[in-house]
Amino acid sequence: MKILVCMSNVPDTTTKVRFTDGNTRLDAAGIQWIINPWDELALTRALELKDAGAISAVEVINVGPALTEATLRKALAIGADKAWRIDAETADGYQVAQLLAQWLKDQAFDILLAGVESSDYNSSGVGIMLAALAGIPSVSNVSGLSIEGGQVILKREIEGGQQQLKAHGPFLAVVQKGIALEPRIPSMRGIMTARTKPLEVVPAHPVAARTAYQAFSLPQPKGSCRMVDPEQPDELFRLLHEEARVI
Amino acid sequence: MNFNFTEEQLMIQQAARDFAQRELIKDVIERDEKAEYPTQHVKTMAELGFLGMLVDPRWDGGGMDTVSYVLAMEEISKVDASCSVIMSVNNSLVCYGLEAFGNDVQREKYLKPLARGEKIGAFLLSEPEAGSDATRQHTLAEDKGDYYLVNGTKNWITNGNTAGTYLVIAQTHPEKGHKGINCLIVDRNSEGISVGPHENKMGMRSSDTHSVMFTDVKVPKENRIGEDGFGFKFAMKTLEGGRIGIAAQALGIASGALERAVQYAKERKAFGTVIANHQAIAFKLADMAVKVENARNLCLKAAWLKDQHLPYGVASSYAKYYAAEIAMEVTTQAVQIHGGYGYVKEYHVERLMREAKLTQIYEGTSEIQQIVISRDLLKD
Repeated sequence: MKILVCMSNVPDTTTKVRFTDGNTRLDAAGIQWIINPWDELALTRALELKDAGAISAVEVINVGPALTEATLRKALAIGADKAWRIDAETADGYQVAQLLAQWLKDQAFDILLAGVESSDYNSSGVGIMLAALAGIPSVSNVSGLSIEGGQVILKREIEGGQQQLKAHGPFLAVVQKGIALEPRIPSMRGIMTARTKPLEVVPAHPVAARTAYQAFSLPQPKGSCRMVDPEQPDELFRLLHEEARVI
Repeated sequence: MNFNFTEEQLMIQQAARDFAQRELIKDVIERDEKAEYPTQHVKTMAELGFLGMLVDPRWDGGGMDTVSYVLAMEEISKVDASCSVIMSVNNSLVCYGLEAFGNDVQREKYLKPLARGEKIGAFLLSEPEAGSDATRQHTLAEDKGDYYLVNGTKNWITNGNTAGTYLVIAQTHPEKGHKGINCLIVDRNSEGISVGPHENKMGMRSSDTHSVMFTDVKVPKENRIGEDGFGFKFAMKTLEGGRIGIAAQALGIASGALERAVQYAKERKAFGTVIANHQAIAFKLADMAVKVENARNLCLKAAWLKDQHLPYGVASSYAKYYAAEIAMEVTTQAVQIHGGYGYVKEYHVERLMREAKLTQIYEGTSEIQQIVISRDLLKD
């Protein structure tokens, strides 16, 4: 059994976000790129299953320019067997899903994993679109993946509880928090051997984006906390009434 | 000049940062308070390959360069200098000494388990009456034909109790002075070794520091490193590399304190605004940042020289001297910026200040570094 993890390359979650070109584009200057945290957890779970002998190989793929190879090599350092990069600058999730679906035609994976969303654009669309375009079933809200005696068992988060289901590959699981506890830290040996593992670059077919960003805006900065002396409840009421205007 | 790190170096830095910020931070205050050895963390450091990261993969190490080592040491020391000293001693004293000067039989038998982190090493040089003056070794290694008979006491030994392998510096030919000294590889479980109680230290309390006593300990001849009388040279050569590790540790302590001071200054309010807006604090932070950056550059320069196989002994003294001195200054200022909060344990900076003090003392005091630097400067 083989698992493919779809990886997005995102700015570090502590990045100070700035925009450029009239607020239509992220200013990438000085950004440190990381594996999208949900994809990293998906990769972690896939590697746990490989360590347990339940699957034979874990491969990762990303659609992006050459700068995303650093995060692909991190995936190799953590333990993935092979990395793929579809060489394209994409403008929306549809383009990404379409490029992945075209590439997937010549591949044979039993399980595809995609994080529930990317921590940058939060479009939550690539996983589901990829499954639809590739003509394979998908399962959403997956928070658990195990393989017992060759049988794939998925755990889904549903309103007020959990659902457990068996699945037969090939299928795509959109995974969320809970799929693995913590991402793995690459070992020195892993970092060394990442050099020798294959990272294949695939030319992209032309695919047009279906959407374009008009503008981004940053939220208002959060107000600071005001402390009120417990001996002065009148002051609290005054602030709530006059400043916060909630009563 | 290329100030860019390679992708691998950045990955190692990030791995060390993740390990420190995720794992070490959890119990660092508690371990310091209880002077408790970080057994589980040392195991994780072994699994991640930090304990033998400089050793050639041929001897089961990580094969990383010294620049990577400095980056990793800084990240780990930002959070926990007790763990980083365990790492430093194992890597740059014990593993390095065996790899550079041992023979293949010794490397196979002793270096491999140390590089894998299955065993921890200790470097036994200091004595009750021989600290900076390492030429006056009272510990004797008498030549008994096919073995050495070791008697004496070693002091301030990092990993003294947990180590499985000791590198012991001892005098074989007292009449030859420092040219009669040898370095012997000694199994911790050898008969005649006793370990003193855990030293109750000011800082780095979670690392185990002990006296080690040798009473008629028999050490096979094949456990001597190098030719007869090579021990003093061995110790000096090995300490040159060790200084880069401790310099990077001091750097990490300083940069950890700076990060905490910056964060605190942006949160804490006084006189109607965050204290970072007061020039008294902002200028302190600027001075601290310049010192940390200078220390970092000195550490990386020494590491780079070592990686290029160029002479690095004096450069490592520059790095160790400066980084240790500014670690003391920067941590003291970090406590000052924190005010009363800096003086209590929850805010970490008082611990960093206690840790900084040791970097001025061990693996060559600041004054010894001044000797090395000035002698180089004044030589004809």
